Amino acid sequence: MVTLTHYLVLSTILFGIGAVGFLIRRNALIVFMCVELMLNAAGLAFVAASRYRGLLEGQLTVFFVLTVAAAEVAVGLALMVAIFRTKRTTNVDELSSLRG
Amino acid sequence: MGELIVFYLLAGIAVATALAMVITRNAIHSALFLVLNLVVVAVFYLLLGAPFVAMVQIAVYAGAVMVLFLFVIMMLGAERVGGTAGLRWQVPLAATLGAALVGGALFAFLQTPAGLAPAGSPPAPLGDPVAIGERLLTTYVLPFEITSVLLLIAMVGVVVLARDFRSEGK
Repeated sequence: MVTLTHYLVLSTILFGIGAVGFLIRRNALIVFMCVELMLNAAGLAFVAASRYRGLLEGQLTVFFVLTVAAAEVAVGLALMVAIFRTKRTTNVDELSSLRG
Repeated sequence: MGELIVFYLLAGIAVATALAMVITRNAIHSALFLVLNLVVVAVFYLLLGAPFVAMVQIAVYAGAVMVLFLFVIMMLGAERVGGTAGLRWQVPLAATLGAALVGGALFAFLQTPAGLAPAGSPPAPLGDPVAIGERLLTTYVLPFEITSVLLLIAMVGVVVLARDFRSEGK
């Protein structure tokens, strides 16, 4: 039988991959995607807990996280486009100055 | 037993696509692997009796958000910007810290599994869209409305940020 622990372990592994990717990749867009991967892993844990505890709140949380993530991605990518216009790169090692 | 086989199959695909996303050099390939990963997670949501969240996941995440990602990657031509870290010690350090994070979390989950889920078979699935809609518009109506304001703010913010100020005066 598939238990909650199965899902939590899978969610942890996905989150860990996302966290390591966040630390080692230099392309700001891929760093962003790793954040999405981590959010998604957390969502999986929420829905699994919702299922095994018989509470609807876990699914509602994932719904809210999805909308906030959509807003975050839109603003983040717009920032990336604005940064690219002045710096001509999305490599996070070269984007080190606060002053544009 | 069949359930377990499906779980391990899908879990393997999910972990493989996540790894491929982090490892592959080309940002477009990364985005496509992430789409696959998101779809697999949506299938997990279906297995967990949450069809509404699964469909939202596919439409919003795998659909809209990832199309936005692909658009921006292609627009900026950022397919091959910077591979992995410029600092030599960064990759091993990140791997160590990531392994420590996963190990710690696994220890916490595996040590007290009974505290997280009640024993016995799980209750019936409850993710039907009618129930979710009712709950959203009664108990959680305030967060729901705040979400709509947030989306409006994000939309206005994106328009302001993405406008090209320099070419406007000409």
